[in-house]
Amino acid sequence: MSPIFYLLAVLTLAGGLASVLLKHLVHCALAVTIAFAGLALLFLQLDAQFAGFAQILVYIGAVAILIVFAILLTRGSELPKGGVFSPTWLVGLVIAAGVFAVLGWAVLASVSAIPQSNIVPSVTVHDIGLALVGRYVLPLEIVALLLTAATIGAVIVAMHEKKERPQ
Amino acid sequence: MTANFLAVNSLFVNLDQIFVLLRNWLVGFLPAALQPAAGVLLGVIAIVSVFPGLFALTTVFERKGLGRMQNRLGPNRVGPYGLFQPIADGIKSLTKEDIVPFSANAVVHFLAPLVLVVTVFMGFAVLPMGRNMVLVDMDSGLLFFFAMGAATELSVFMAGWSSRNKYSLLGAMRAVAQMISYEVVLLLSAVSIVMITGSLSLTKIVAAQNQYTGIFPHWYIFTPWGLAGFIVFAIAATAETNRTPFDLPEGESELVAGYHTEYSGFKFALFFLGEYLAMFALSGLGATLFLGGWSAPFSFLGWVPSWIWFFSKVMCAIFIFIWMRGTLPRLRQDQLMNFAWKFVLPFTLLNLLVTALWRFMGDGWQRWVVCTAILAAAYVIMGRLQMRSQHFGRRSYRYAE
Repeated sequence: MSPIFYLLAVLTLAGGLASVLLKHLVHCALAVTIAFAGLALLFLQLDAQFAGFAQILVYIGAVAILIVFAILLTRGSELPKGGVFSPTWLVGLVIAAGVFAVLGWAVLASVSAIPQSNIVPSVTVHDIGLALVGRYVLPLEIVALLLTAATIGAVIVAMHEKKERPQ
Repeated sequence: MTANFLAVNSLFVNLDQIFVLLRNWLVGFLPAALQPAAGVLLGVIAIVSVFPGLFALTTVFERKGLGRMQNRLGPNRVGPYGLFQPIADGIKSLTKEDIVPFSANAVVHFLAPLVLVVTVFMGFAVLPMGRNMVLVDMDSGLLFFFAMGAATELSVFMAGWSSRNKYSLLGAMRAVAQMISYEVVLLLSAVSIVMITGSLSLTKIVAAQNQYTGIFPHWYIFTPWGLAGFIVFAIAATAETNRTPFDLPEGESELVAGYHTEYSGFKFALFFLGEYLAMFALSGLGATLFLGGWSAPFSFLGWVPSWIWFFSKVMCAIFIFIWMRGTLPRLRQDQLMNFAWKFVLPFTLLNLLVTALWRFMGDGWQRWVVCTAILAAAYVIMGRLQMRSQHFGRRSYRYAE
């Protein structure tokens, strides 16, 4: 656990907390971007270049922009009158803590379940590519099919309905 | 005679590696523990000083060139032939008042230009600018470049939204929509290079092209899929950098200046710098992917230092950017989107298939014929079909008549 890890962890957590606690929706979206960037840097610190850069490309380049667009298009950029905090925040907190506990327990249990090796695996982009079109080709194709279906669905939703022409 | 030849040869090898040797010489003064860090620092200093210098030169070059195209003189007051104009501009932007609108979101307004310039500079880290001249030789360099490019979009949005100005917001929305649409195309056109090279590392991509048949190089632009990919890449790069004919985000006759309307002084200069740096970075990437990076155009020109080739390719691309700005009118928003999603994107997807076909047809003349025929037929058919749905004719006015 190097000091860099702690710095990045603090950055990521601060981004995440700010995205929940800030009052302005666009500020929240930008704070979430900081959390995404922190996660990407954590991946890079673990020497997972591909995952880190894909995280930046997909989450900052696409997801954050999508969130921002959604906020602007729904006119949510103005502050609501009753405040932004939900009255049931306590329930949300309990559920989040529960999920975190389960995940933490799973991670901690895996340390004893899977034998640890001291050798750091070196995974190059080349290996990832080969694995994707070799061993994991079926999941890849299923994901591709799902995305194609989603794209076609989006086009159909956005399509203009043809009006009956007056005779 | 032989000794003489060898001496000349080693002179050119040294000239080719002059920056690498210079860095090693400077780093040699430090203790061994500090040397790697100092080497990287020197590389960063070189990038951070060379490209803004090039930016200053390009602004004069652009204003002079545009002036010539529009039959006027261009800047000619400061220094000989107006060459010191960028210095005057720099001093002006430094001494101007930094105005932040009253209702602007001050923090985001302040951060936007910084995020833009920092992310754009990051892209240069993976570009091989000459033999052994790359700051970080990453295994997934191409992915890094695109990741940094994606991050610039957010800064454009931040600038437009935080200014609290309808022109800024409109400009930012246009810019983000345009950049997302053309980024898909930009990525997909680079994917065909990755398919052929089998690597995301930009140094490996250049090395794969640095071979010669006779005197001609193995640049990817000299293949059917490479030519199609290069044209698509050039279109997408023009749109990504908001240059004419895709300069809708800052169309000054419609939106004042788009997302940087409310910026003044040095912050405005930073936006200007970021825009030109993005042009350099994308030109450099295009040269690396399709035009052989730092390799010479003919085998007998291999003695010219490799960095000269890289920078001359970049500057040629910049000249074409300027030329287009002086020539083409601006597109309309719907034309821009239709062009991206209905013509360029299908064509790029087809190009991916053609690249796969090229890869698996093996050597021989057949693949040249088949691949060229498919691409040409697709271009003609798609173009004809889409032109048919455009009804050209006398303009009909809805309200004016």
